[in-house]
Amino acid sequence: MNLNFLEFEQPIAELEAKIEELRYVGDDNEVNLSEEIDKLRQKSRSLTEQIFSNLNAWQVSQLARHPQRPYTQDYVERLFTEFEELHGDRAYADDAAIIGGVGRLEGRPVMVIGHQKGRDTTEKVRRNFGMPRPEGYRKALRLMEMAERFKMPVLTLIDTPGAYPGVGAEERGQSEAIARNLFVMSRLKTPIICTVIGEGGSGGALAVGVGDRVMMLEYSTYSVISPEGCASILWKSAERASDAAEALGVTSERLKQLGLIDQVIGEPLGGAHREINTMAARLRTALVESLDVLTSVPVDKLLEQRYQRLMGFGNYEVKG
Amino acid sequence: MSWLKKFLPSQIRTEGGAKRKSVPEGLWAKCPGCNSVLYRAELERNLDVCPKCDHHMRISARRRLEAFLDEEPRVEIGDDLHPVDALRFRDSKKYKDRLSQAQKNTGESDALVAMMGQVNTIPLVAVAFEFKFMGGSMGSVVGERFVRAVDACLENELPLVCFSASGGARMQEALFSLMQMAKTSAALARMSKRGLPFVSVMTDPTMGGVSASLAMLGDVNIGEPGALIGFAGPRVIEQTVRETLPEGFQRSEFLLEHGALDLIVDRRQMREKIASVLAMFTGQPTPVPVMALETNSH
Repeated sequence: MNLNFLEFEQPIAELEAKIEELRYVGDDNEVNLSEEIDKLRQKSRSLTEQIFSNLNAWQVSQLARHPQRPYTQDYVERLFTEFEELHGDRAYADDAAIIGGVGRLEGRPVMVIGHQKGRDTTEKVRRNFGMPRPEGYRKALRLMEMAERFKMPVLTLIDTPGAYPGVGAEERGQSEAIARNLFVMSRLKTPIICTVIGEGGSGGALAVGVGDRVMMLEYSTYSVISPEGCASILWKSAERASDAAEALGVTSERLKQLGLIDQVIGEPLGGAHREINTMAARLRTALVESLDVLTSVPVDKLLEQRYQRLMGFGNYEVKG
Repeated sequence: MSWLKKFLPSQIRTEGGAKRKSVPEGLWAKCPGCNSVLYRAELERNLDVCPKCDHHMRISARRRLEAFLDEEPRVEIGDDLHPVDALRFRDSKKYKDRLSQAQKNTGESDALVAMMGQVNTIPLVAVAFEFKFMGGSMGSVVGERFVRAVDACLENELPLVCFSASGGARMQEALFSLMQMAKTSAALARMSKRGLPFVSVMTDPTMGGVSASLAMLGDVNIGEPGALIGFAGPRVIEQTVRETLPEGFQRSEFLLEHGALDLIVDRRQMREKIASVLAMFTGQPTPVPVMALETNSH
């Protein structure tokens, strides 16, 4: 099994392996295999198209957590110039699970805040798998309030399994830190654009997810609870994660249909990790377009629209 | 009650909160704190606080508000709102069936009850979570009712008091339930900007999405003695850190020590303490105690 491919992608992996093999043989010998290789490449592409045109919610969840999925820093490097990371909550610590700082997007100063996962084991641990503690949310809050003061739009990139469930996190007020961010973001006097780039894990995601515009990359997910968590509570078995993912409707497509997000940003064939530069360029276009719209709205009107957007969430019946 | 009449135009409200009796299951009850066998009538007179060990038992949302508010006037808010299963959510059971079961068991339409009234003649809006309704979980109706309670405060310049008792978000409403966290917090931000006080009383248990939104946003955060309050559940934390949790972890006293609560208030003093604080916040004279007649409506 090729670990760079997910389970449902294994047929593609097998084809790719065959192509590699032929290329190796072709390099070695006089025989011209290029025609054969081209044929296989074409086959691999159409197979990928076929598999990706029909992904279920659980497969999308796996893609959102793909080990090679681009993280916040991958986009920061490609999208912003003069990016300067700013650290610490000024009270307790610097939480590496959330990064933030100032930079320019096509010349325009912006505040960027995002969850950050680790690539290798050491970094994974240092970044706590992208699960912030209260100090991470308080750092984000500090940066957002600073952005308000200096009239910079806030761009958040969401990618977390959730807020960290630990003893210290509880002692330092994980709940309060999340709640405070929701409270402040709902009336921050500067445009806020939130983009889910991987996993949108519940309150831990929402704590940097209240804004004027919420977008999702095509194969990212956003949910009130992880499919595994939901399955183990409601089905009494984590094995039913696939059913839970479907029922929760965690995909960008479904959430757009339900009116819970504003925009889906299409991913390159096979997912963002296959062509990070293409993905970054698409994200840039979407961010710039949204910024153009939002920065032209007077702040009072912006806040009223943001408020009404939030008040509109919910399904209920009104009966006599 | 001119402030109240101002708010009466719509047909969505019904006078008085006492729709049903809380029927005692038996004559005797056992205290989970000290195992004493207690005479139920006496326990109820004591607001379900054990007379022997002061253990605070869970009480229903409606009893809570009846015990908290002056007998008159009381106007229910948002009782015209009913939950729907917009996603057709189905796990081992249908959400629809879970809803009707919960409605049958509790007599409530959803997990939050909101009323406008007075406490020791201080006018206010009070809301309470019904934990027996799907674990007091916050779905669309809870969020919308909470917002309407806030709207009533904004319209009438009143303070808000919330008694939370909830396991968190309602999974069966998926991302809609998560968004209620943002919705309720935004409404509270609006109240705060208008200079209207919000007192949040966290009762056993206040966890997850409810604690990580409206519950922690009080100008004054109060805990009932011994209440479990936190973001992640103790079992989840134990599995994550793989160690047993310290004694009293995530209890009110622990939160007070760590700075998350302003004070811990005994249920039997809740009326007096909150009325007194709110009177100061709203520039009114010291309130004159009115006897709470919570058993009258039964």
